[in-house]
Amino acid sequence: MPTTAPAFSDATASDSALRRFLSGLPGVDAVGLEARAASLGTRSIKTTAKAYAIDLAISMIDLTTLEGADTPGKVRALAAKAVHPDPTDRTTPRTAAVCVYPDMAATAAAALAGSGVKVASVATAFPAGRAALDVKLADVRDAVAAGADEIDMVIDRGAFLSGRFLKVYEEILAVKAECGAARLKVIFETGELSTYDNIRRASWIGMLAGADFIKTSTGKVATNATPANTLLMLEAVRDFRAATGVQIGVKPAGGIRTTKDAVKFLVLVNETAGEDWLDPHWFRFGASSLLNDLLMQRQKLSTGRYSGPDYVTVD
Amino acid sequence: MASAFEYAPAPESRAVVDIAPSYGLFIDGEFTEAADGKVFKTVSPSSEEVLSEVARAGAADVDRAVKAARKAFEKWSALPGSERAKYLFRIARIIQERSRELAVLETLDNGKPIKETRDADLPLVAAHFFYYAGWADKLDHAGYGANPRPLGVAGQVIPWNFPLLMLAWKIAPALATGNTVVLKPAETTPLSALFFADICRQAGLPKGVVNILTGYGDAGEALVTHPDVNKVAFTGSTAVGKAIARSVAGTDKKVTLELGGKGANIVFDDAPIDQAVEGIVTGIFFNQGQVCCAGSRLLVQESVRDEVLDALKRRLSTLRLGDPLDKNTDIGAINSAEQLARITALVETGEAEGAERWSAPCELPSSGYWFAPTLFTNVTQAHTVARDEIFGPVLSVLTFRTPDEAVAKANNSQYGLSAGIWTEKGSRILAVANKLRAGVVWANTFNKFDPTSPFGGYKESGYGREGGRHGLEAYLDVR
Repeated sequence: MPTTAPAFSDATASDSALRRFLSGLPGVDAVGLEARAASLGTRSIKTTAKAYAIDLAISMIDLTTLEGADTPGKVRALAAKAVHPDPTDRTTPRTAAVCVYPDMAATAAAALAGSGVKVASVATAFPAGRAALDVKLADVRDAVAAGADEIDMVIDRGAFLSGRFLKVYEEILAVKAECGAARLKVIFETGELSTYDNIRRASWIGMLAGADFIKTSTGKVATNATPANTLLMLEAVRDFRAATGVQIGVKPAGGIRTTKDAVKFLVLVNETAGEDWLDPHWFRFGASSLLNDLLMQRQKLSTGRYSGPDYVTVD
Repeated sequence: MASAFEYAPAPESRAVVDIAPSYGLFIDGEFTEAADGKVFKTVSPSSEEVLSEVARAGAADVDRAVKAARKAFEKWSALPGSERAKYLFRIARIIQERSRELAVLETLDNGKPIKETRDADLPLVAAHFFYYAGWADKLDHAGYGANPRPLGVAGQVIPWNFPLLMLAWKIAPALATGNTVVLKPAETTPLSALFFADICRQAGLPKGVVNILTGYGDAGEALVTHPDVNKVAFTGSTAVGKAIARSVAGTDKKVTLELGGKGANIVFDDAPIDQAVEGIVTGIFFNQGQVCCAGSRLLVQESVRDEVLDALKRRLSTLRLGDPLDKNTDIGAINSAEQLARITALVETGEAEGAERWSAPCELPSSGYWFAPTLFTNVTQAHTVARDEIFGPVLSVLTFRTPDEAVAKANNSQYGLSAGIWTEKGSRILAVANKLRAGVVWANTFNKFDPTSPFGGYKESGYGREGGRHGLEAYLDVR
């Protein structure tokens, strides 16, 4: 079973030790955090910088379909798009992963075999996380067995909000143990955690428990990824690496729809965590509609003209 | 894939501003040459390019301008407040309409980043005119008695760090209360005041209500000592402020002085560290530290000293220094060669006295006046860099152990303009703020301005208040 980073082994010795550790983290001033995120959003990214940012953003996308209506056909279409996002331009980079429900993981794995695009699967009774631990673990096992390279788990927000931090921590540990070789993304559902202090504390619980990625949200609630909550999580992974040497990825998810938004997030990455994170291995966008806007902007950069929505695929 | 995310240059276009090759003095609604025909050049600090040649006012010009203002005062002060308000609102609207042009102009003439002129200076300039326009017909309700009267002719001398904003701080309340104005901008940044003169004409402001005299210290001295000036308002160095105070002593002139500062920015161990680091950066590196209320002394609790310093150095390494017209630029040029020399000399003194210097690793452009963001550690109250105002991007870092020690050190200064407190504990904010001898105390933020909030100093930082309802008092006969 994976264990806590040695530098912080005392922090998770008991519920009260963990609570003390979390309340010892520096507070977050909401006004200042949002002002910083907004000021980074005014960086002007053009020409070569924009071309680089667009290709990088495409390569960081977890192309996602998480609907009750998902079918194998839908998933295969999405997989094909992930491998060749723009059929008119084969220089377009592929996306990082295709993200599906566990029952679609096998279909995605088969469609993506040999492509280099990873299969990500949400598990642990996504998106609510309201199930017994056994059920959640079975969900994870199922997804891994079906060929998922990455598991996106949701934390138990009920446990977090009622102060049972150790339960959240232990649940992540247990899920991580079931992941095997698969990388684990831990979703906090920041919109439900409500305060920035809670988001910072959740980030640390996730990192201490061995998350490979920390992720903002499921995309299923009103408030998903924002520049401010992503900035906060980038600060957390930066501080964690400084303390332990362990690098952890960040994934904002939900609500990022335009190239302009995506570029702002890349600026946050660049100026907060640093360029080490400007890589699909360490930063992802959980998005579905973002890709088409990136493709249209990419076509505009190469042709000088806007092509319109009929020049990108609808899958 | 490129290894780094290099932002492409994104310079703001200079085409939006049309700078004439020469400008005269603005007296009685007209641009005229100086009586003795003298001129001087104004250069762009980021490139040393000559932008324009402007008239250099002498004593005779000051006299002409004061006479014009005196004449205009009769009618201007007799106008109903609601009429004066119309002019001020009109000026505010024109400033908003021309804000892009004025922002570029200010950046060219001053050297500060376009991000600051566009997003901070110009919105505040317009806001001050709007705010005082609102007071013009409500002076009876300002708390200075029924029907308070204007003083007469105001002689105003402003600095180069916020040329247009300081103009707004001075002119807006003066006009709202019915005074007329003779204003002298700093010799290194005369252009935005001259553009403002044009705005006064565009707004149809009666002749002589606002007069602008470009020139050097001699013109400023002639203005503040002119016998027919009723009110002196000065923002600038403490040395000049003392000279002004001496020169007007014994006269019935009313005076406000807004002088130097050495603001303490106090970071407690329970502060929101990431935001405190941003606040430290805003406190001392905003406008290249050329801010009288800059948080130039960082007082950090010993228990978090290393953590804060590491975070601060990391953050300073990401500051982008260079072309001020580029939207991506965080740090622009120092305003003048003289100012750069002054900063350099004080930094050398700091090193000679044994403080440890660290400068952000950034490449400085080959032309223009530049200074890399710098901090000094191992500084004590006995060091020159902890006492003298540097007026540049140089931060002195001191430590403390208890709140009492923080307050004692913060107050142990000849200045008292601003201070900052960083803590998550609300009761501590209130307790410490009450003990700080400073005109402005910011809590979990720094260098935030608003026209509704009075601004001014304790001790050698000057006297009188600008901004807010209090700012009216300086231009009204309340004796």
